[in-house]
Formats: sequence, structure tokens, C-alpha cells
Amino acid sequence: MKVPFSWLKQYVDIDVSAQELQDKLFGCGFEVEELIDLGAEISKVVVGVVTEAVPQEGTHLHICKVDCGEYGHDIQISTGAPNVYVGMHTPAALDGSTLPGGVKIKAKPLMGVESNGMLCSGEELGLNDDLFPGAEVYGLLDLPKDTVPGTPIQPVVGLDDYIFDISVTANRADCQSVLGIAREVAAVLGKPLKMPATDYTTSETTEPRLSITVEAKDLCPRYIGHYVRNITPGESPRWMKRQLALCGLRSISNVVDITNYVMLEIGQPMHAFDMDTLESCQIIVRRAAEGEKITTLDGKEFTLTPQNLVICDGHKPVALAGVMGGLNSEIKPETTQLLFESAKFARDNIRRTARGLGQNTDASSHYEKGISEYTTELGMARALHLIQELGCGEVTATHIDVSAGAPREGKHFEARISKINAILGITVPTEAILDILNRLNFQVTLDADGDLMQVVAPRYREDIEVGEPDLAEEIIREYGYDHIHPTFLQNATVTSGGLNPDQKARAKAKRTMCAQGFYEASTLAFYADADLDALHIAPDAPERNVIRIMNPISSNLTIMRSLLAPSLLNVVVDNLKKGNEAGRLFELSNIYIPHQQPLTELPEERLHLGFIAFGAGEDFFQMKGAVEALGEAFGVHFTFARAENTPYLHPGISADIFCEGEKIGSFGKLANEVTNALKLPKDSRDNQKIFLGEIDYPAMLAHAPTGIRYCPVPEFPAVRRDLALVAPEEITCGALIEEMQRACPSVEKIELFDVYRSEQIGAGKKSMAFTLHFAAKDKALTPEEVDRFVKKILGNLKFKLGVEIR
Amino acid sequence: MEEKINALRAELEADRASVHNKEELSAFWQKYLSKNGSVTGLTKSLRDVPKEDRPAAGKLINACKVWAEEQYQALSDEIDAAELAARNKAEAIDITLPAVRRPVGSLHPITLVKNQIVDIFAGMGFDVFDGPEIEDDDHNFTRLNVPKNHPARDMQDTFYVAPDIELRTQTSGGQIRVMDQQKPPIKVLSPGRVFRSDSDATHSPMFHQMEGLVVDRGITLCDLQGMLDKFVQAMFGPEVKTRLRPSYFPFTEPSVEVDVFCFECGGKGCPLCKHSGWIEVLGAGMVHQNVLRNCGIDPEVYSGFAFGIGIERIAMLKYGINNIGLMFENDLRFLKQFQD
Repeated sequence: MKVPFSWLKQYVDIDVSAQELQDKLFGCGFEVEELIDLGAEISKVVVGVVTEAVPQEGTHLHICKVDCGEYGHDIQISTGAPNVYVGMHTPAALDGSTLPGGVKIKAKPLMGVESNGMLCSGEELGLNDDLFPGAEVYGLLDLPKDTVPGTPIQPVVGLDDYIFDISVTANRADCQSVLGIAREVAAVLGKPLKMPATDYTTSETTEPRLSITVEAKDLCPRYIGHYVRNITPGESPRWMKRQLALCGLRSISNVVDITNYVMLEIGQPMHAFDMDTLESCQIIVRRAAEGEKITTLDGKEFTLTPQNLVICDGHKPVALAGVMGGLNSEIKPETTQLLFESAKFARDNIRRTARGLGQNTDASSHYEKGISEYTTELGMARALHLIQELGCGEVTATHIDVSAGAPREGKHFEARISKINAILGITVPTEAILDILNRLNFQVTLDADGDLMQVVAPRYREDIEVGEPDLAEEIIREYGYDHIHPTFLQNATVTSGGLNPDQKARAKAKRTMCAQGFYEASTLAFYADADLDALHIAPDAPERNVIRIMNPISSNLTIMRSLLAPSLLNVVVDNLKKGNEAGRLFELSNIYIPHQQPLTELPEERLHLGFIAFGAGEDFFQMKGAVEALGEAFGVHFTFARAENTPYLHPGISADIFCEGEKIGSFGKLANEVTNALKLPKDSRDNQKIFLGEIDYPAMLAHAPTGIRYCPVPEFPAVRRDLALVAPEEITCGALIEEMQRACPSVEKIELFDVYRSEQIGAGKKSMAFTLHFAAKDKALTPEEVDRFVKKILGNLKFKLGVEIR
Repeated sequence: MEEKINALRAELEADRASVHNKEELSAFWQKYLSKNGSVTGLTKSLRDVPKEDRPAAGKLINACKVWAEEQYQALSDEIDAAELAARNKAEAIDITLPAVRRPVGSLHPITLVKNQIVDIFAGMGFDVFDGPEIEDDDHNFTRLNVPKNHPARDMQDTFYVAPDIELRTQTSGGQIRVMDQQKPPIKVLSPGRVFRSDSDATHSPMFHQMEGLVVDRGITLCDLQGMLDKFVQAMFGPEVKTRLRPSYFPFTEPSVEVDVFCFECGGKGCPLCKHSGWIEVLGAGMVHQNVLRNCGIDPEVYSGFAFGIGIERIAMLKYGINNIGLMFENDLRFLKQFQD
């Protein structure tokens, strides 16, 4: 929201500087994002009077003598401008001066003649005709003769002004105008507000044929039309052009300028229809028919639906309501009579139409933020006043006002001063409260008890809801937040707090992974089908049942993830590309499982623990160690079997992880075919050792014992025996250990310490050496007992697996 | 006898110099101190000493024996020390060779900051509530006083996964879920991922928030500032103070933007605080009465405040990170800097 300082001053006697006003506005909730000093880039440019202008022979230059008052009465400056003349008052940029755009002016010879500066055109000062008449003339800016030599140029050409670029919060639609901000300025400075003139007189003329019908009252709660005739097209006055220009609008013609001016000043988008183009002299506000078309002022054609509101004449749409007028009813230079429209449209409908059609305008932006009917009335009155003030038309007596019946008064409610103070936690003096509310145009009567107030909110404050909190905010933003004194829950109940067991377990899982050398990653919760494709996830795999984002921000972020593996693999590829050759990463994050497609209820969000390691030093057994360490931290015992149904893992170097027989995850080496397709340079790709895994975290946690219970340490020492076994290659270490444990319950631990192959042992065979620890809870085992155990074990191994002692 | 002993002493002293190792020490012992050794032999030769001279000779012999044993012990100690020194020398290694270890691993800066915030508020009696990341419209907007078509919905660009189910745009929905389950007194934090369809240098489509909610009797705006003062002091340093200024959130009234006094420059003005002396850190306010009513809590009896902290924002301020994108790139050179 851009507001010129000079414009504000029309409504409030501002006795503070622009910088001070910026601070005041900030304090009461209006952050000035930028305070633009229009003359900031100009320095040492003053009014100069040309006292001599001698053409320099052989050049297009004039060598001038310029009277610059206190800066020198006889300064020699050359100019190439053809319109220079003796007696001209014109801006003189002196030696060492600056101009907009970072231009620096220095004294230097021009065509061999010393020139001590530069005489300026309007454009060189950043002016145009709207800001200062004559600024666009080719040549020097011809200033009025009453300007005094040596005067700084900014005030002379109106550049001693500021633009406040104000951030207005979404609730304050009433401040989307110069008048709206002026109301706040008046309140914060404690000054009266001078309202813009809205009086006008009507002629006797009427147009009895004119009718206005609002069919869609829900989308158009208020529609005011006024017939104006005998339009005399022409230019707008200088003050209006200048104010439009300061807000970035070019002057077009008096009538069009009035509509723009009222939108900026009052915040009411106005529209003017060429009366001669309205068939049957009718206005009908209705939903568009399916497929109905309109061409707007900018020449764009739109095909509409009943979602769009249109203004129609007796036959056809003549405006896209609240967005833009139709080309067919546009005001043209030859227009002689018109219908002014000032209306209130439902903001969400205008927003949907503007967004849906991609047609965002100043008008739609105002309507989307919200217009009060007060503004609608004021806008029309102001426009009609301006028609008369500018003398550019006859305001007829035909005024049609169609209303859905909203009350024409502000919200009335009761509020207690004690409750306001209770919200704030301080005691604001009652006089201060009454004064502030009065300054903000609330009508307040205090009941005899000195506490209860009868309040009527200003009509334009549609954001005010009934009750004390809204008033508390109004009061404290004017009274000042520096009156709030920090207290520490003076009245509150003491509560205990902290993490629950689940939250603590998650923290432990993360710490355990860190202790295994993994760094925590944070990746986006969404990716694309292509990420699942890259991992060879089958089309009918459960991971393909994904939640799709209806309005994705990009084509690679379209589905909610069903696995962490793709995210982590992408992280590793990114790291490799950056030259990080090794590392370990993990993430404990949700995956999302829909209960049905399309979603009708919230999906399951399930924590997965994903982990990945890459680099020359990594191998399967290091990962297995990390997995086992995680199990140990949670008191769960993992067993492993060759992985099944995990297409992104190497079939021979991967394992499923089981907890008491339930599969809770898998891990292993990245499948060769996936590795080969990674987007990496071929030589680095071929040598990659990437290991990854994913654990269904709640499934693991379900097996974790709750609480700690001490178990006595064994009283009797274990007896160790070493056995070297010769087994066929296909028999796994796990199978041997399992069989040995089954054969003898007194084996409390079995450790592999060597694997050996040789000709002597024979082809297709291996020797595996184990240390067996035997113990009993209640006694020390004798060597004879242990011998019997070993015999039993060896017997079982031979009988069941064909494995013999070496 | 005395001559004999002196000669023997001289011989032993001469021999001593040639003992350098255990074998030579053993030979030395054999020669002098074993059963057949010459010092031991002195006792036998006492027989040849006249009887009256025997006590004196005996004393001399004993003294010589003690002396010889001392010599032997000293030699033995020397040799042990020398051998130990030689072994130690042989075993010595270059301790500047690289260590054998794996990296320690560390938590992501977002987790670190989240944990710190939880620690600060847990000490003040706050529980932690984890709400769903995919949320229904009711909890994410409607019951937070943002009905359909409310202009505040424009403040947040929402990802939808079904007509009334969206990726939560804020952790504020946690407020509703907590107040549905629990009646005052309530002190709760609701941390987590939030999503907005916005992506540029300062925005990520996913980021993290920490919602805080207090509902009890007699809670005031002063209490809000008091608690936030405690928070920013614990997070940024004991001298840091907050400043409140008016703002707008649909679910709080009054609403405030909370700035902290710039801890980088002490308020003098620096690039971090954009030369204003203050840094915007979070939004907060008194819980809107409609929100309390929507959860069956009587605003005539109870009041409360809520605040929403951007975790990335705090992490960036605290660790001097200048680009939010770094948080989600997971470059190990970045991640390794957050040992805490």
C-alpha cells in the first residue's frame, strides 16, 4: 500500500517528520516497509536563472551564465538544450551534484569550454508531466519566474515528498486507501481528521428507463448506480494528476482519473459504463451462464462459468464484476453520458474469479481484501463530488441503490473495562481507554458503574468482532506495547511437563544412530513416482499406494513418501557430486499410508528409521553392527534372513531384520542395477559402496521391553570350549549357531573366530572355528558335563547338517 | 682373612663392570653368591681361622656377604631397568599417525534447536504434543477461526491431498487437538513439519514450527511477554529482551509480532537485524475467544496465549546460517558442524 506523505497531509495536520510518522505507524501496527524519499537521490541541484546564453560556434551548445543565488551569480554552464533562453529559470546541477539513477555531475570542459555543472530537463530529475507540468518538454525544465535562484530544487518541483509503502495486515481492509491510513494517522497523532468533500447537487434530469436488478444478492450485497450526463472530456487538474502519479498511475482523462482517484483515496473500486452502450438501459447483476463470454477492457476474452459474477445490460455481460469492465461498455473520448457503479461484491467470489481467470487487477485486489458498504457509499458520493468539482458532467437525479439489507450502522456491543485490563494484564486508565476509542471513531458510553461500556464500532471496521479482545488490541496498540510489563504466569496453575516415553524413545533412537557414526538428515516429505521407479519398486507393491498432492509445486514433488530410501539415496548422490566421498546418514521421519483412495479420512503416518552409508570403508557387516547396536539400545534381539521383496537391495548382500519372528525392516548393499543408474560420473559410480536400510520404527518399538528389571549376574563362571567345524559351503554360520544352540540349552554364547578354506579341507568346504561358552545358573559345570554337552552338539551337527569336527 | 676379603671385594668390583645382561648377571651370581660361590666360600674358610679371631673374621665375612648381595641387587635392578627401557624403546610408535575411529555422528540443527526449545519449556511445565502432518481442514483452518473463504487463507499457500485434507500449513492445529482432549490448565508445545507451496531463497515448501499454548484462569498479555522473555534469554543470552508490536493472526486477539533485541550488535544496527536493532523471531497472541469456544472452553472463565516459533529461523539466527536451503541439502560438510 503506497501512500504519499503530501496526500496524507490533506486530511491530517501532520506536525511530525516522515521518519517520526513511520515510527508512530509501526507502533500502532502499520509497518512501513519502505519510506521512499522522492528527492533523496538529488543533491546540490538548485534553481538557476540564465543571465546569458551565447551559442558556441560550430557546436549545438550554448555557453550560459547562470545565477544560482548563494552558490554564485555568474556560474558558467554549457547546455545543448535548444529551448534555453536568457531569463529562463531552470534546474542547475552544480559541480559535485547528484541526480536520480546515481548520476554524478562534475565541473569539466565541454567542447573546450569550462562548464561548472549541468542545466537539467524534467526527466533528468525523475519527473513526468503528471508530477510537474512541462517536465516532458524536450530540453530544459522551464520553471516559473517566481522561483528564487539558489533554492534547492526538491520543494520547487514537488520532490520534497515521501511515499510510505505500508504493510497492511489482512484484517485491516479499511486501511487499503489513503483515507484509511489517514484515519490511523489522525488517531495515533491525536489530531482531527478532515474528511474529503462528498457533497454534490443533482440536476432535475432523470432517466426513468434505467433499472438495476441484482439477481445474485449473495455475491453482491450492495450496488449503487448513478447516472451522469453531458460529460465534457478533458484533462484532470494538476493536483489530481500529481497524486495519481505519486501512486504510480498515469492520467488518462478526467472521468477515468476520477474512478482511479476514488479507488486510491477512499478504497472503493469505481466503474463507469458508457450509458449509450447499455442495451435496454438495464443493469443486471447475475452469475454468468456456463460458457458465456466477455472481452475485458484490456482486450482479453474469457469464457465464464456460474462461479463468475457478471454485470449485464439487457442483453449481454458488460463487466466482469469486481475485476474489470467490458470492452463493449468502455468510456471513450466521445462518451457523453455514463453510469457510475459503486458496489460491494463477495470477496471470496472475486478472489476465485480473479485467480481462476488469471486476471488480477487493482479492483479485484481491493475486493478480495474486503470493502465495507460505508466505503461503497462514500466512494460514490466522492466520485459525484469530483464530477462537479472538475466541472466535467451533470450529476442527474437518477440514483439507484440496491441493497441486500445489511444494517447501515456500526456493530453495537457491550464491553467491560475490567475485562480489557484482565486480557492485557495491566490497568489502562479509563480516561485513556475512552480517549483512544474516541480517536479511533468508536462511539462509547460508559455505564454508571464505570466498567461497562456501550460501544458502537465505526462502520468501516468490519474486522471488529463483538467482545473485549478486539478492543484490548485497539487500546494497547494506541496506548503502547511498552506499557506491557513481563510477568511469569502469575495466576497459572503449576504443571509438570516434559517428553512422554514415546518421545524419549525417539530421541534415544536418534542418539544411538549418532553413536554409530550416522549424521541426521532432514529431507522433504514428498518426492515423485520417478523416485520409486529408480528403486525398482514394483507397480503393485504397497509402496506404490501413495498420497498424491492435488496442487504440487513442481513435477518432482508430487507424492507423499511411502519409503525413506529414495530420499536418503538422493542425499548420498548429492553428497557424492559435491565431492564428499564417505559418510553415514539417517532420518527418523514419517511415511504416509492412505486408508483408501481417494482420501476420505486422515492417512496413517508411520515413523520409519532410514539409514545409509557410503564410502570405501563400508561393508555389510559394519551395517549389521549398527543395526544390532540399535536393537541392543532398545533391548530387542534381532535375527536376520536373506532379504526378500526389497528390489533396491543386492539379492546376495542384504538381510531382512526380524524381531521375535516379525519382519521389521531390511538393509543391505544397494542393488547393482540401481547403483549403475545413479546420476553420477561412470567411474565414480562403478566403485560405489552404498549400503542402506529402513526399519519400521513402531514395529521395532513394540518388541522393546518397558522399564528395566535387574537380572542377577551369573554366580558361576562360564566354561569355554573351542570347536573347529568342517561344513559344506552352503551351510551358513547362522545355521550352525542355531543348531548348536538347539542341541544344548547350556550354551549361553557362541562366537565365530575364524573361517578357513584350503585344499586339505577340500573343495566346496570351509572350516569355521567357534568359541562356545557353557554355563548353568545354579552350579559350576564340571569338565565331564561340558564334555557331554560337546559330544551332544557334535552328534547333532553331524546327524542334521553333515558337519564334522576338523 | 682380611686380605682375602679385600682381594675378593676387588675382584667382585672389577667383575661387576662386565655384567650387562641377565646371563652375565647369572654367571656373576654363580661366581660369588651361589652355594659354591667365592663369597659363600668365605664362611667355609672360617674353619681355618684361629678360634680367637673367629668372631672378628665372622663379622668381616658377614659384612662382605651383605655388601656382595647389595652389589648383586643393584646390578639386577640396573639390568631390569635397562631391559625395560630397551623394550619400551622398541615398542614406541608414532603417535601422530591417524586414529582408527568412525565419526561421532550428530543431530540435525533443526533437531538440536527443537530439543533446546523443548528443554526450555519443559522446565516451565510444558508437555509436548505431536499432531498429524496431514491434517483436515477443520483443524488446520476452520476451528482456528479461519472459516472457508476467510482472507487469512490467502496468507498461506496450502498443499491439498483431498478436497478437505491438506498438508498442515501450521502447527496451530495441535492447539485444537490438545484442547479437545484436555481441559485447562494446559501448557503444551506442538512441534513439527509444516508445508506451504512456496519455494525460493527464503522459503522451503517444508519447514518446521513449534507451537506453544497456555490456557488457564487469568492468563494475560503480560504473561505472554514474560514467558517469551524467558525463552529468548535461554536461547540467545541473558541480556536479550523482547519487543511486542501489533500484528494479525486469525486465531489470536490481540495478536503480536515478537522481536528480540539484536544479540549480534546489541541494538546498534547490523546486517543481521537489517540495521533496526531488532530481529523478528515469532508471532504470538492471546488465544481468540472463538478458538476457545470451538474447543468447548468458556472464554469467560479461561484465557490463554499461543505462540508459533519458526525452528529454521531460530537455528539460522543461532548458528549464523544464511540460507534456509542448506537445512534440507544435507551436505555432510554442513551436518558435521553441529556437534552439541
